[in-house]
Order: sequence, then C-alpha cells, then structure tokens
Amino acid sequence: MKLTMTGQILARKLGLSEEQATAQLQSGSLTLVQVDTALSNDVTAPVAIDVFNKSGCSLCNPDCVTFVMDHFTPNRDIKTAELCKTVREFSHEHGVNNFFDVGEMGIEHALLPEKGIAKPWNVIIGADSHTCTYGALGAFSTGVGSTDIAAIMMSGKVWLKIPSAIKFKLVGKPSEDISGKDIILHIIGLIGVDGALYKSIEFDGEGVQYLTMDDRFTICNMAIECGAKNGIFPVDDLTNEYTMESCGMTFDKLSCGDDDAYEQVITIDLSAIRPTVSFPHLPSNTRVVEEVQEQIKVDQVVIGSCTNGRLSDLRAAAKVLEGRHVAAAVRTIIIPGTNKIYLEALKAGYIETFIKGGCVVSTPTCGPCLGGHMGILASGEVAVTTTNRNFIGRMGAKDSYIYLASPATAMATAIAGKLTSAKQLED
Amino acid sequence: MIQGKVFKFGDDIDTDVIIPATYLNTFDEKELAKHCMEYTNPEFYSQVKVGDIMVAGRNFGCGSSREHAPIAIKGCGVPVVIAKSFARIFYRNAINIGLYIIECPQAVDGIEQGDEVSVDVNTGVITNITKHTTFQGQAFPQFIQNIIECGGLINAIKQNKL
Repeated sequence: MKLTMTGQILARKLGLSEEQATAQLQSGSLTLVQVDTALSNDVTAPVAIDVFNKSGCSLCNPDCVTFVMDHFTPNRDIKTAELCKTVREFSHEHGVNNFFDVGEMGIEHALLPEKGIAKPWNVIIGADSHTCTYGALGAFSTGVGSTDIAAIMMSGKVWLKIPSAIKFKLVGKPSEDISGKDIILHIIGLIGVDGALYKSIEFDGEGVQYLTMDDRFTICNMAIECGAKNGIFPVDDLTNEYTMESCGMTFDKLSCGDDDAYEQVITIDLSAIRPTVSFPHLPSNTRVVEEVQEQIKVDQVVIGSCTNGRLSDLRAAAKVLEGRHVAAAVRTIIIPGTNKIYLEALKAGYIETFIKGGCVVSTPTCGPCLGGHMGILASGEVAVTTTNRNFIGRMGAKDSYIYLASPATAMATAIAGKLTSAKQLED
Repeated sequence: MIQGKVFKFGDDIDTDVIIPATYLNTFDEKELAKHCMEYTNPEFYSQVKVGDIMVAGRNFGCGSSREHAPIAIKGCGVPVVIAKSFARIFYRNAINIGLYIIECPQAVDGIEQGDEVSVDVNTGVITNITKHTTFQGQAFPQFIQNIIECGGLINAIKQNKL
C-alpha cells in the first residue's frame, strides 16, 4: 500500500483508486472533502452559528452537525448560559438531533465514540483542537475553527491540505503501570510541541495490540500537542469489538502504508517507557517521574478531561487509592467523561473509593482543564493533572504551575502530597 | 500596504496566552481585544495602536481551536502577524476570518520590538523601515488566495469560488 492511513480514508471519500490517489493526493496539495460529522461545543458553536446565520444560507444536512455543551456547563455564569441558549434554540429550529445538553452530554471526545457518532473511515471535523481523538477508531479527524464549521453547515465540505506523515512503529510490550498517557507524553517529549506541525502521526507495529481503545483515544487526543493535524491507529479486531457496542457495526480493516509513504519512521520501544510527567509550561517538557529528584508539592489533582476521563482511567486511579486517603492538603477532583462512564464507575465501586478516599466527584465537564470552572488555581498553586495542556494560566492564575501525568501518577501524587509514581508509592 | 510599529514575541505563543479561556464567554472582538496577551504582556492592549504588527517565532497560535484568538488580535487593530511558523488551526482560522499571516523566519530574525515595518500583503514583501532591510515572505497557494480575494471562506462558498 502506497498510501498512509489518512491518505486511504481521503481517497475513499474522494472516490479515488490507490493509483489515482497516489498521483493526485500529494502532500501539500489542497482539496475539498465531504464531511461525515461537524462537531462544535458551547464555546465554538455560538461563533459558527453567528457566521452561518449572517451567510443567509440554509443548513446543508442537519444529521452531519453535532453540538455538545461541555466546556462551561452546567453554566458558570449568565454569559455562558446565553451561549448555550443560542445553540439550544438553533438545534430545535433546524432539527439538529445530535444536540447534547446537560443530562445527556459528556465531554465531547469521550461522548462521540461512546454514542457511535464517531466511526472508523469517517471524516470528522470539529471546532475543538482535540477532535483528533477519533483517530483512535481509524477515522480521519482534525480540529478547525468556528468559521470552518459554519462553512460545513452551508456546504457539507471542508478544505484540507493533504498532510505528510510520520509513522511511529510501536515495538515491545508496555509495563503494567504504563498507560496511553505515558506513551504520548514520551512521544511529545521526543519530537517537541511542533515536531509534527501540519503532519499526520500514524501508529503501527506489534505494540499496537497491547493498547486498549482507551489508550488509543488518549494517544490520538494529544496528537495536537506535538502540532499534528491528526493521529490515527489501524482498524483492527479491537476497534470492531468497540464499534459493535457503540453502533452495532463492524468496519473494513485499515492498516498503515509502506514505510516509503511516510516522511519519517520512528521506532518506539513501549517496554522502555516509564511513568512520564510534563513540567510547566509545555507538554514537551517531559521527565520520567522516578527520575525527578526535587520535591514537587501539590495543591490540587484533577483526574478527568477528554484525555483521561474514561472508565479505565478511573479504574487506574481507584486501584491506586483503594484503602488509602488523599493528603489533607490536596484538593482531588475526579471528573468522569460521560454519564455512562460515571454510572459504570459507580457500579464498579470506584466512585465510593474516591469519596471515601477524600476526593470530590464532579458532573462531566471540561471545567478546570481550560480554567473554565470547577477547580481554578490560585496564584502560586501547583496542580498535577491528567489533562492535556500546561500552558501559562491554562487552569487559572498566570503564576500557577501545571504538571501533566497519567491517572495512576496523578492519584499517587494526591495520596503522597507530592509528585510520585504509583510504584514509588508502593515502595 | 500595511505599516506599523512591531510588537515582538517568542516561540510557541499559545492560544491560552493570546486569549485566556476564562474570557471565552463572549465573541465580541472589542471585548476579547481587552484581554489579548493579558497574562504575559499586560501592557499590550494599552500600547498597541490600529495598524501595528505582531512578529513572533515558531508555532504561533498553538493549542486550542478558538477562533477567539485571531478575533482578539484583529480586535486590537493588528492587521497582520509575521511568524517563523504558525500552528495549523490558527493558520486556517486567520485565513478564514481575514487576518493576514505571513511565514518568514528571516524577517522575524531581522526585526526587533519597536521597529517600523511595512508589509505588502499582495507580494509578501516585508520592509523593515527602521533598519532599511527587506524580506520576501512566503506567498499563499492559489487556492488560499482565492479565499482571501473573496473576503474569507464564507464569501468564497457563496460565490462558488472554492
């Protein structure tokens, strides 16, 4: 196969054979592609709706549009309530069925796969930078802005530059205490925050079989943090097992192209990766937790977000906490990604473990990840969090400090009161 | 022709720095402008004048997809950003809303804070009037020039020019 996975999906959408696509879809060329799902949220949808309304055009296809009210919900203030009201009224007026409001909503990138809206081989375009998450299912998905969403609402199509690609060959089996978060932080540390700028990052190799769907979601979610246009995994038996549950369908297998279809091939030995943490103020500022000599005392721990609010993330955190209590000085906030995840965590006993262990459990929301609400940092405070960005002021005060880590590391840290891996806590 | 005073920034200026998320409860460009670069350069809004130019290093606009970031910059009256490179979502957002962006690493290295600079957006020629130097920025591909010439993405679609 001469095409990357991204190339194969775009070729199928454009009705091109492998030969035609190899000739026509040169990286750097620009093309218009039909979109399966156009996603936006309570921050970006109101802007898209405003642009769309001013265009005077009619809605191309209501079934292609999905709105999720997740960033500032349940609403923080009157202005954010007005933004949600705009989207709610637009959805009712235009017959947009995929409108997810408080009660039914979850964090968008946890919700769309769960609801079966995000599917393999789809082209999914979202006015949210972490739209790249759905590459875990073998979809082409990428983040854009609100005007792009308005354009899709008008025309059903998006303009795209065909990306060049980096193949990551995953070899070896990760240790039991390693999650998708450690793997993607390791990769971002390796190539930098613009290491894959404008490019696809595609995952291949025997190591893929050891990664759960939740690991793959976490890895693709953070593709944007190394500048990538999209991250993508093959469609394999595990993918089809997942989609049988989410939408009752299975899909054609999708595999990486030959090495020469890629600009670069990088081998990652999963067995060598140790729990990893990103120091302030860039996700690429990574270190192995067990090699950090200085004491990093923390004020707050957050376990949740579109990166790490899934059931296996809560399981990993609950396993570390079981029979223990978080340190008195650490405010520990648990945010299940969706109501379904919340309910499953409740049935599995994780929620009871969290509450007895001194944590607070929140409704699904993006909330503190972007400094919206539900856990804002004060001046000088330190957080260890499972979210995706540790930029200046991202979670609150401009002189607060954010460390990114896996759910297991975050919970071990909450218990110890200082940056600690789960293994160090056991020792 | 655009001409103005330069405000210079470093590498990896992210959208949380350009416009902190706590202010995303509006998309009014004048409101957003008041908080542009507030956390790292609190004096920026009070000092920047209509027509002034932002110059930055690599990966400008990395992070979130918020169109509020280029809107806030435009709201400050800044017509063009020159950088060594742009993060891809910021790149398309700027084009789509009609904020000029030019990639030109040499110009970034040859321009300092406070320099008087002019930009010809049609040719991509950047002139540092203070230092008497000129640079050739990267021109847009024809496809994107069509969008800009139509006055943005929405007009391009309405005029069937894509």
